[in-house]
Amino acid sequence: MAAKTLTRMDLSEAVFREVGLSRNESSQLVERVLEMMSDALVDGEQVKISSFGTFSVRSKTARVGRNPKTGEEVPISPRRVMTFRPSHLMKDRVAAGNRGQ
Amino acid sequence: MIRSELIQKLSDENPHLYQRDVERIVNAIFEEIIDALSSGNRVELRGFGAFSVKKRDARVGRNPRTGESVSVEEKHVPFFKAGKLLRDRLNGQES
Repeated sequence: MAAKTLTRMDLSEAVFREVGLSRNESSQLVERVLEMMSDALVDGEQVKISSFGTFSVRSKTARVGRNPKTGEEVPISPRRVMTFRPSHLMKDRVAAGNRGQ
Repeated sequence: MIRSELIQKLSDENPHLYQRDVERIVNAIFEEIIDALSSGNRVELRGFGAFSVKKRDARVGRNPRTGESVSVEEKHVPFFKAGKLLRDRLNGQES
């Protein structure tokens, strides 16, 4: 697998190619999209992007964990975690693109 | 929040852009991520999270209705891990 890692820069570049905006404005827009999604999630909202996937926040209750190295019991406080459920379209495209890899 | 609300909000903040361009911008972002994963690449967005592809080995599954064995081929699935900043923010630790 050609394990390349894309970053914000590649997303801005995609925006730049799509619409004739400056690179600077393109990267600001990418940043804003990520911020808006983060803010909605922090507010406990679900973020549902059709044909991409759904980001949601779940609350986990407190439980007793264990330090695997020492066996010591440590309390794990209640917390919120985020999950992502890819859309069927995304799953299909990722499966098709990586078949036989 | 759904895709159209995201587009609307971004559009409201950028009155100098046509709404249809904002739509193309938002679509280009998500399209680029799916494209990257389809080519076996990762997308790392510091603070937000990282999208990657995980390989699921072939296995023998079972038809839950009939109990019949079926072979399930190896496949690749998209995976997302939230970034540290976002995880912290979800738990009230604004930095």
